Amino acid sequence: MLLSIDSSAGASVALLGPEGVIASRRTSATNTHAEWLAPAVQEVLSQAVLNHAVLNQAGVAVKELTGVVVGVGPGPFTGLRVGLALAHSLAEAWGLPLHGVCSLDALAYRLVRTAGDDTPKEFLVATDARRHEIYWARYRSAQEAAVMLDGPHVSAADQAPALPVVGAGAGLYPEQLHPVALDADVATWLPDAADLAMVAAAAGEGALRDPYPLYLRESDAQVPQQMRGR
Amino acid sequence: MSATAAAPKAEPLVLGIESSCDETGVGIVRGTRLLANEVASSMEEHVRFGGVIPEIAARAHLEAFTPTLRRALDTAGVSLDEVDAIAVTSGPGLAGALMVGLSAAKGLAMAADKPLYGINHLVAHVAVGLLDTAEGQVQSLPPNTGALLVSGGHTEILRVGSLTDDVQLLGSTIDDAAGEAYDKTARLLGLGYPGGPAIDAAAADGDPKAFRFPRGLTMPKFEGSAENPGKHRHNWSFSGLKTAVARAVEQFEKAGQPVPVADIAASFQEAVVDVLTSKAVRACREHGITTLLLGGGVAANRRLRQLLGDRCASAGIQLIIPPVKLCTDNGAMVAALGAQLVAAGASPSSLGIPADSSLPVERVSV
Ligand SMILES: [Zn+2]
Repeated sequence: MLLSIDSSAGASVALLGPEGVIASRRTSATNTHAEWLAPAVQEVLSQAVLNHAVLNQAGVAVKELTGVVVGVGPGPFTGLRVGLALAHSLAEAWGLPLHGVCSLDALAYRLVRTAGDDTPKEFLVATDARRHEIYWARYRSAQEAAVMLDGPHVSAADQAPALPVVGAGAGLYPEQLHPVALDADVATWLPDAADLAMVAAAAGEGALRDPYPLYLRESDAQVPQQMRGR
Repeated sequence: MSATAAAPKAEPLVLGIESSCDETGVGIVRGTRLLANEVASSMEEHVRFGGVIPEIAARAHLEAFTPTLRRALDTAGVSLDEVDAIAVTSGPGLAGALMVGLSAAKGLAMAADKPLYGINHLVAHVAVGLLDTAEGQVQSLPPNTGALLVSGGHTEILRVGSLTDDVQLLGSTIDDAAGEAYDKTARLLGLGYPGGPAIDAAAADGDPKAFRFPRGLTMPKFEGSAENPGKHRHNWSFSGLKTAVARAVEQFEKAGQPVPVADIAASFQEAVVDVLTSKAVRACREHGITTLLLGGGVAANRRLRQLLGDRCASAGIQLIIPPVKLCTDNGAMVAALGAQLVAAGASPSSLGIPADSSLPVERVSV
């Protein structure tokens, strides 16, 4: 059983058991992660107690838990770190392994799961990087999975390869990015902890990354005039 | 779960987490006994910018958190299970930096099923004075205590009736913090970062009377009288001082003369320390404060310790200066305040508390 957390765009929490998702929470708000996320984890764990009676009374000393999965972005830095800091301390206190997964993988996986055989052979995942840019990665669809071929990158939408797109980036830049043809509104999709957990469970070591943010951008720090040349 | 208070006990075992600026601190105390104080600093990474860059500090907190936590538990020889409560700085400070420590603290509290106490960083600077390694350590807060906090992030004078429920802000800077003025002036003089020790060292060979730099907010219209205090009687301002130093440097450079760095550093330092201590001691006298605690990184400053010592002595005020590593930001001070809150039976915080970058000093816990 995996507890999964993503805070790369909105924020989400999911508990994944052998049979599927046991409990989950999500918000599309982008500026409340510090307040929203910890209570959401607690709610998910408590709900699992009610649903399955697999957890102890405290709801957290979870015998069945085998690991913590965390989305490492890319995403806006401040919110992204909130999820990572929470995941780090949960895994540390529980003594469980912590698995990082690229948050864009969650959207690629969701597309394959939703579209099945209709998944384009190659496609792009694009999310909002603010400042008129997108985070993106290029994927190839494989048997019930997606393999990242290139990325993740941050750039203007018109710099990305011309491939069908999944993710909120397509909704933000409809001129440059054309969504994958599907009934579902793929142009609004945000990375989700439940998909992330499934990526981690299915892919094994291959898709796992160090549990630290994929910043892709330097911090904005400018060396002041007086410090130059010293 | 985390909403239940720690059972009040005289000497609770508390783990404290600090991440409000550029130090990642994890400290562990039992009551007023210091068991561990592990600090990882990102200071080196800010040197080339001449000041703390919030995004760089926040990135470093996440990297440093788990290793620092492990070291603290190891040093204290305790496990997370044994801890009675988790305390964490919830403000004031840099928002993005605060959120890392706060989020990590919530995770620990939840996973280990411990009550969480989101506490005020400024009040924690005062609580650290109770810890047993402090020189002239006090087991409990003396009556009529005040605190002067001076660092790169704060310049405040407080009256502390009780660490858990009676803290009052008497005065503060209205612009730059004193430590920030040191950093900016050191930059102007090409002395490097952090500015405090750099200027203190350069000033050693200089004449503090060579330049008469301004003492901010000391004009009668700002200060008023004891009976009829002006708006800024106990407040400081350092932005005018910084401008005066810049102008002095400029004059020498324009004239093609070498800048008298030592004299400027000494005169700058004298202006800062003079106005800091005179206003602090006057605030103490006018509010019946008889014990003053010095906190914050600038407490390491040689001249500040000397002049504050002299002026407190003449005013009959007992001065307490904790060891420097407890004056700079650290987790032990957070744990020390947490232990006071647990012992007093204070309510723990919810897991939904926000990071509050401008948390007022009157709010000891959130
Ligand atoms: Zn401080």
